[in-house]
Amino acid sequence: MSTVVELRDVHKRFGANSVLKGVSFEVSKGQVIAIIGRSGSGKSTALRCIDRLEIVDRGEIIVCGHRVHSPDINLRKLRTDVGIVFQSYNLFPHLTVEQNIMLAPCAAKRLSKADAKAICERVLRQVGLAEKSQAYPEQLSGGQQQRVAIARSLAMEPQVMLFDEVTSALDPQLTGEVLKVIEELAATGMTMVLVTHEMAFAAKVADVVIFMHEGRVWETGSGAMLTNPQTTELQFFIGHAL
Amino acid sequence: MQTSFNIHHLYFLLNGMAWTLALSLIAFIGGGIAGFAVALCRVSPVAAVRWSATAYVQLVQGIPLLILMFMTYFGLSIAGWTLSALVAAGIAMTIYVSAYLGEIWRGCIEAVARTQWEAAECLALSRTQRMRLVILPQALRIATPPTVGFMVQIVKNTSLASIVGFVELARAGQVVNNSIFQPFLVYIIVATFYFALCYPLSAWSTRLERRLQVGQPAPLFA
Amino acid sequence: MSYQFDFSRVLQEFPLFLQGAWLTIQLSLVATAMGFAIGSLCAIGRRSGVKPVSLACGLYVELIRNTPLLVQIFLVYFGLSSIGWKVPAMYAAVIALVINVGAYTSEIMRAGMDSIHRGQLEAAECLALNRAQVYWHVILRPAMERVYPALTSQFILLMLGSSITSQISVEELTAVANRVQSDTYRSFETYIVVAAAYMILALLMRLGFWLLGQLVFTRKRRLGTTM
Repeated sequence: MSTVVELRDVHKRFGANSVLKGVSFEVSKGQVIAIIGRSGSGKSTALRCIDRLEIVDRGEIIVCGHRVHSPDINLRKLRTDVGIVFQSYNLFPHLTVEQNIMLAPCAAKRLSKADAKAICERVLRQVGLAEKSQAYPEQLSGGQQQRVAIARSLAMEPQVMLFDEVTSALDPQLTGEVLKVIEELAATGMTMVLVTHEMAFAAKVADVVIFMHEGRVWETGSGAMLTNPQTTELQFFIGHAL
Repeated sequence: MQTSFNIHHLYFLLNGMAWTLALSLIAFIGGGIAGFAVALCRVSPVAAVRWSATAYVQLVQGIPLLILMFMTYFGLSIAGWTLSALVAAGIAMTIYVSAYLGEIWRGCIEAVARTQWEAAECLALSRTQRMRLVILPQALRIATPPTVGFMVQIVKNTSLASIVGFVELARAGQVVNNSIFQPFLVYIIVATFYFALCYPLSAWSTRLERRLQVGQPAPLFA
Repeated sequence: MSYQFDFSRVLQEFPLFLQGAWLTIQLSLVATAMGFAIGSLCAIGRRSGVKPVSLACGLYVELIRNTPLLVQIFLVYFGLSSIGWKVPAMYAAVIALVINVGAYTSEIMRAGMDSIHRGQLEAAECLALNRAQVYWHVILRPAMERVYPALTSQFILLMLGSSITSQISVEELTAVANRVQSDTYRSFETYIVVAAAYMILALLMRLGFWLLGQLVFTRKRRLGTTM
């Protein structure tokens, strides 16, 4: 099985604060990885480093053959292969749902309007919002906006999708619809890395769960790890999280 | 005989600058008092008062200050009142400033959160007490940066008084130029003097605005 | 008051007022268009990481904002003729107005662009858009919609400020007013008529900008909300 994402001994500091202190893990094609941990454990930073939103100080990151840590990385190609969904959705408020989704395929991948529109209709159907194509973001609920954000990233047909705590800003009743979309996406074989607080979801959907603590990968395992934690830190974390 | 720019010309320009400051002060104080009245009228519960104040502001903001100056200077003198350029310019600028400051201050009064009005009402304060003790002190804080910023506009606009003959800085420049015929040099010096007057006020206004925002929550934009 | 108002004498000069108003409109529209272009470029320059560009734009803005328009007009007019360019007063007036409104527009656009959240930029960059595309689609377009009311007010102030160009003999509305009042000795009536004319022009401008906004900003037309 080919490796889609690989982090090798990644270090990252912000000023005097060392956030990542030697993070290493691998993601194979079709795998779903969930990263859990306390705030400040470095999980979001690690995820952001994969798409070069943060630049690592030391270590290597290889994504779909791109050497992300290298200064001569081709960002346009990297971001065509990697899709990322943010906690605050970041939809473009002055564009309709359809325009939001079609913008990048037309501008960055130079697809024709017709091709982009076909893709747009497909991904909207995939997230269950086909009828909302002409709406503006402010007319949608938080859960709907997040699903549009997922569709927007999917429209670029990436090799791997990153999710940065995408349900943390949502009301509990809206979280379910977004998790359902993510679960369905996983079932189609998409390679995914999720940073999440949703333990039950991580246990159910993820092939591998990574527990990060103080900037390091502390414990790795399958979903069963969460019911049977080995390290005291993870026991503490689970005990608190439940 | 053509002289070059000398110390006497410099003194003349500095004298003009003093008159610029004097006219600015007159405009700010007169316009400020009137503007305060305008702002209060704009938030009055009486509809007729509100509408007349709005009409006044719309009227003054819809015509150039220069026309206002001409109206007071030429208009009033032909109507039988002889006015010195200073008085005419002073009246015109007072009217101008009252409308703009009135608008700015109205905005600041309305910017005081609704919740403050409600809290004050629930403490059984009368409307005057509410304004005086709760709303206006807070509005004052919000109003300081834009008011200081508008002072810059006042100083710059006094230059229009030169057109009706009042010898402030711009007019002093014209007079000096008429004797030495070096317009570019003279007006660069005049511009420098205006800059020296205005820039400290502008910088102060920016600093005040920044300090004010430190206390506010960051803007949210999904 | 023993003054007898007589508007008829003044209103006889209606064609002259119309000519002057037309020149005012032309000055304002040209200066608005060019001033907006320069202001936007200057705002982008100010926000760029390139130190000399950013400083130069900042200096330009501060110099213009802290000196009166009257002095700027004189400097452009006399400055140009002193280097040998005998331009008609109208051209000098347009140049001075463009330079003036460009500085104020730059500040308005800069505030608009600064108000765009980082998250928007990250999302756009992660969709593989290049710098220019991010700037246009995610920064400039929403910023313009946000600051459109402020821009409208600024351009109306520009139209009112064009009255100052009468001082370098541009035959716009105020210059016509001065001529008519000195011919007819009816100062009060003349200036009242001209004041009304400016108010009508300001109203027309506001209407024009509103229509343009409705045309260009489809989101605002459909939803009616501010961003």
